[in-house]
Amino acid sequence: MVSGNIEDKHTFQKKAFIEITNLNKWFQDFHVLKDISLSVKQGEKIVICGPSGSGKSTLIRCINYIEEHQTGEICVDGIELKGDLKNIDSVRREVGMVFQSFNLFPHLTVLENCTLAPIWVRKTSHAEAKEIAMQYLEKVKIPEQAEKYPGQLSGGQQQRVAIARSLCMQPKIMLFDEPTSALDPEMIKEVLDVMVDLADSGMTMLVVTHEMGFASQVADRIIFMDEGRIIEQNTPNVFFENPKSERTRLFLSQILSH
Amino acid sequence: MGSAKTNIRNSKTIRKTPPIASTGSIGWIRKNLFSSIPNTILTVISVYFLATIIPVAFDWAFISSQASGENRFSCSSSGACWAWIDQRWGQFLFGFYPESERWRPAVAFILLIPAILPWLIEDFFWQRYLRVFSIAYPVVATILLVGGAGLPEIPTDKFGGFMLNLIVGLSGIVLSLPIGVMLALGRRSKLPLIRYLCIGFIETVRGLPLIALLFVSNILLPIFLPTDVTLDSVVRVIIMVTAFAAAYIAEVIRGGLQAIPSGQYEAAQAMGLTYFNSMRLVILPQALRISIPGIVNTFIGLFKDTTLVIVIGLFDILGIANAMVSNPDWMGLSTETYVFVALFFFVVCFSMSRYSLWLERRLEKKGPHEW
Repeated sequence: MVSGNIEDKHTFQKKAFIEITNLNKWFQDFHVLKDISLSVKQGEKIVICGPSGSGKSTLIRCINYIEEHQTGEICVDGIELKGDLKNIDSVRREVGMVFQSFNLFPHLTVLENCTLAPIWVRKTSHAEAKEIAMQYLEKVKIPEQAEKYPGQLSGGQQQRVAIARSLCMQPKIMLFDEPTSALDPEMIKEVLDVMVDLADSGMTMLVVTHEMGFASQVADRIIFMDEGRIIEQNTPNVFFENPKSERTRLFLSQILSH
Repeated sequence: MGSAKTNIRNSKTIRKTPPIASTGSIGWIRKNLFSSIPNTILTVISVYFLATIIPVAFDWAFISSQASGENRFSCSSSGACWAWIDQRWGQFLFGFYPESERWRPAVAFILLIPAILPWLIEDFFWQRYLRVFSIAYPVVATILLVGGAGLPEIPTDKFGGFMLNLIVGLSGIVLSLPIGVMLALGRRSKLPLIRYLCIGFIETVRGLPLIALLFVSNILLPIFLPTDVTLDSVVRVIIMVTAFAAAYIAEVIRGGLQAIPSGQYEAAQAMGLTYFNSMRLVILPQALRISIPGIVNTFIGLFKDTTLVIVIGLFDILGIANAMVSNPDWMGLSTETYVFVALFFFVVCFSMSRYSLWLERRLEKKGPHEW
């Protein structure tokens, strides 16, 4: 199965990596996601924005099945996400996720946080997992904190560890759920810098964020969501200069005014 | 300008050390015992109370006590009569276990120390080997206590005294923790069958007094067993005590599980950890750490509840004490006897309590625990 996927990747460079069709999701009676269709190509960087409650976080949480959808179809790397636990596990192995609240494991050191999944999910040897972890901690510029516990780090450092932790699984795609929203202003930049580096390295990224500077610098496409629908999607230039819908224009004027 | 500068510097030098009255023992006494008028009154009353009671108790227990003699009539002093200890010591420890075989529970008890310490203390010497030994320990201890492998068989109704409290208490503690963890996880399971089974078990067992469970154990347990199996009464007690403690532990741990933010579960899921691994590696280490005070509380309760074996005709240390107090030779020595028994329980329970505090503090040192 694994070798088949790698082959796919090479033959169909530009084939959709994530394919979402007619996705619908309800929280009890509340219709959060309405007929979402979206395809993401290998190496694409997509920024999703929208007012709170628009369903943007829920959408990316559906991609690794942390949220369960009711109707529609999500295919990640050719694997359909539904029911079969094996499928879900193999999708989660390919998809890294970074949360707003970091969600590092406080009882483990930074290094242990990074080696946990490689050791127990990928069955990597301890030595190799440690080597990979140090390599990524280097990339997010905090190798010297490896032996510390998350509680001893600043918010920005914790989020960078969280990014390194996801990268240690060597995912094919990274999901970011408002990665800078819980940070003090002076720490936002250090996290965004790491994300820009990551984008430059060719990683496929789906980022929910309101950092429009980051969006215009990195994104291939910006998606605007409101009330559970994708209202419009376009390249950053067109999106910022010439938004099509009234709703987008209003949203942009509100978040760009400060 | 110049003088103002020196002033500032002077005041800094003066403030380098706090005033003497707020540090040292005098400072401590002033701050904690005589900080206000009500506080002073309470201090005086407490000191008076202690000064009256301690000398009397000390005199009774040690100075005017007598420690030798054939029976209560040979105790003539005004203080405590400890003469019976010499005669009854073995019974208090081993119950009716045959005297010639009492080395066996003694050896089992000594072997318990290397079996249990490598689990309580991290980086204990030979930890890995000793942990292997502790897995074999239950078998070794059972053979020593009950017999087999060349040792003459001792029926469990001869078990008694403090040995019985330890056997039931330790088995209960060791078995109830994993069962409690499983019940707690089961109660939060998404599968309705498992969830309702766990809720049913927890609520039923928690809703009944342990003493009632022990009474009905000989009616209740055979229902779940093949007809030709008869359960030994000590085993029956261990099962009931374990079930009882497990229900409480489950609720304590459920509290711990609920305190873990959902982000921890999500992060573990997002990494692709299996349910089993995410619980074992991520959730439970955190939940158990929060639950330590409650778990130890339950264990201490469990240990004291081992005295209830008396209702199904077993003689634990308290049962032996009761029997001795009604023996004509030693009648009327109930204060001495019960103080003696109380000491045993206090030592064990207080050690557990101190251990849990030590463990909490050690985990605290491993880094601040925040989400």
